[in-house]
Amino acid sequence: MTRSSRQLWNFHGGLKLESNKAISTLSPIVKARLPKRLTLPVQQHIGEAGALLVKKGDKVLKGQVIAQSNEYVSAPVHASSSGTVVDIDEYPAPHPSGLNTLCVVIETDGEDKWIELQPTHYVNTKSPAELRQLIRKAGIVGLGGAAFPTAVKVNPGPESHIETLIINGAECEPYISCDDMLMREYAAELVSGCSIIQYMVSATHCLIAIEDNKPEAIKAIQAVVKEQALHTIEVVSIPTIYPTGGEKQLIKVLTHKEVPSDGLPSDIGLLVQNVGTAVAVHKAIILGEPLISRIVTVTGEGVKQPQNMEVLLGTFMSELIEQSGGYHDDACKLIMGGPMMGFTMQTDHLPIIKGCNCLLVENKLEETPATMPCIRCGACASVCPAQLLPQQLFWMASSKNFDLVQDYHLFDCIECGCCAQVCPSQIPLVQYYRFAKTEIWNQERDRIKSDHARVRHDFKQARLDTEKKERAEKLRKKKELLEKKKIAEAAAKKEGTETEVDPKKAAIEAAMKRVQEKKAAKQTSSTSPDE
Amino acid sequence: MSILTAIIVLAIISVFFGLLLGYTSVKFHVEGDPVVDKIDALLPQTQCGQCTYPGCRPYAEAIASGEANINQCPPGGETTMLALSELLGVEPVALEDEHADEPEKTVVYIDEQVCIGCTLCIQACPVDAILGAAKQMHTIIESECTGCDLCIPPCPVDCIHIIPVKIEPETWRWSLPESTDTTPKA
Repeated sequence: MTRSSRQLWNFHGGLKLESNKAISTLSPIVKARLPKRLTLPVQQHIGEAGALLVKKGDKVLKGQVIAQSNEYVSAPVHASSSGTVVDIDEYPAPHPSGLNTLCVVIETDGEDKWIELQPTHYVNTKSPAELRQLIRKAGIVGLGGAAFPTAVKVNPGPESHIETLIINGAECEPYISCDDMLMREYAAELVSGCSIIQYMVSATHCLIAIEDNKPEAIKAIQAVVKEQALHTIEVVSIPTIYPTGGEKQLIKVLTHKEVPSDGLPSDIGLLVQNVGTAVAVHKAIILGEPLISRIVTVTGEGVKQPQNMEVLLGTFMSELIEQSGGYHDDACKLIMGGPMMGFTMQTDHLPIIKGCNCLLVENKLEETPATMPCIRCGACASVCPAQLLPQQLFWMASSKNFDLVQDYHLFDCIECGCCAQVCPSQIPLVQYYRFAKTEIWNQERDRIKSDHARVRHDFKQARLDTEKKERAEKLRKKKELLEKKKIAEAAAKKEGTETEVDPKKAAIEAAMKRVQEKKAAKQTSSTSPDE
Repeated sequence: MSILTAIIVLAIISVFFGLLLGYTSVKFHVEGDPVVDKIDALLPQTQCGQCTYPGCRPYAEAIASGEANINQCPPGGETTMLALSELLGVEPVALEDEHADEPEKTVVYIDEQVCIGCTLCIQACPVDAILGAAKQMHTIIESECTGCDLCIPPCPVDCIHIIPVKIEPETWRWSLPESTDTTPKA
């Protein structure tokens, strides 16, 4: 099909994995039931947390902003259904740490009543800046998992010119099929979203990249593109190899270009957006709907009815599992995300957030294989899609050599897990890299804090010094004055004994005389009107 | 004769280089000790005085002059000690006391019900992280507090308490995987 028309390249390394996607693509997307309670964390994205706009007891409508973004790299959060805010407190976050985060809890009223929506019928009547503003207001973040605010990403700055928009429908991680189902069922919306983003960044063409194990999705989108005769949009079928859905890997496959180590795709004239994000952009602009729901794959051998669900943000994971037939008896592990890059969750009483694409329930009582020493086989380096040296990184991270590990480009690691997958010694390599990354971020925070403290300390010291100096100066002046006075007095005394006239005393006497005269004058003037 | 020429030439050269050195030492004079700055940059700037010096910079000066050891900074813990040993090219030294290699981060907070507004803590705070005035309630600006605890001893009513810094999902850190043996087999 289209594949023949376009030359494709390979990225370094990667793995062919068992896809296991079919189990969740048997039935169409199911709309999850409206839950009784919605728990919405105010921080669901990369960047600053939103500032609360509601308080306990407030009535909210579906789509109403409950936390607004004041910073540039931030996104607002909207109520995903109508109801009452019953609590604003810390609840466990869907995060590997299992720590609590600030959430707004809404008790739904069942009416699911929208706020007044402001759809845009003709996209061309709005400027790209206005559209960006609409995307920002709709709270859209990258739905592929990273949750980076989209309004920031589609604004690459005046220096960069975006040549090609790449829509990422690769979905390379096993088990996950939410993008596949979305492309099959929302093909028209997806293409509309692509056109909007393309218009916004004035990209000359748009590539929709889909792995060749999703023929239905490719067909559906091709049909829409053909029907609307969009010549600048091309559907590209790419070979199925993990992690071809990584931004840099996908760019390599499609364009043979490489994103610089500390650069962005926009540096080489590219912009990559996930298919889910494109649909969200369509909804935000054409329908005026903010991002309040997403498609989540509920799958794995540990759940009875694997399926894809359209879920309101803030719905508990436990409710989705329940609506998917519940757990099998041997279910043992709940993972948010896929088997390669996902995080194990301690509980299922956690809300679905914007970046949550999959709930994977595993059933094998996976015996954690004993970690063996590294045998320096080099298998990890041959599969690393970022062309790093996983072995070196592992040794540096485990010996806490955080400077050297950065020299070996730790931060180019995308944590895809290929190295750990092929490691014959079962070393949990990715966890070492995550450890090193968070340690380095922590050191950076400490450094910023100590620099700040140094400035404040120096400032206080300087202030105390000037105060001290000022006081000393004052004291010196006072002393000087006193001494002058003494000298003057002494001199006056000397003079006084000779002439008997003290100039000060004379002045005082003169003043007293004046006052008395004035008093007398006043008395005469005040008595006269009475007569 | 030839000896005389050599002496004259050498004398001229030495005078020239002498002047050049003299000029450069004036022209490129470095204010202060750059080593002290480098050491100071590694210290945590809590200004707590636990190293027995009155603040981080005096301690840095003491290290630079060889007067103090590199293991006297409890808030910095092992990380700071190792960084100092690397900077100065000296052998790492075990920390002086039983302080864990990674000290817990803390801040203080003022029990506002008990505070009498004496301003003693404000004077003690090295980074101006306490807000208040005489006979007015005081409060800690948490984001500025370095956890040095210097405000605690002067407080006449013991209303200042130490609390650990809360770990948020954004500041949480992955732990190092427990491994039996990670040494490479040669």
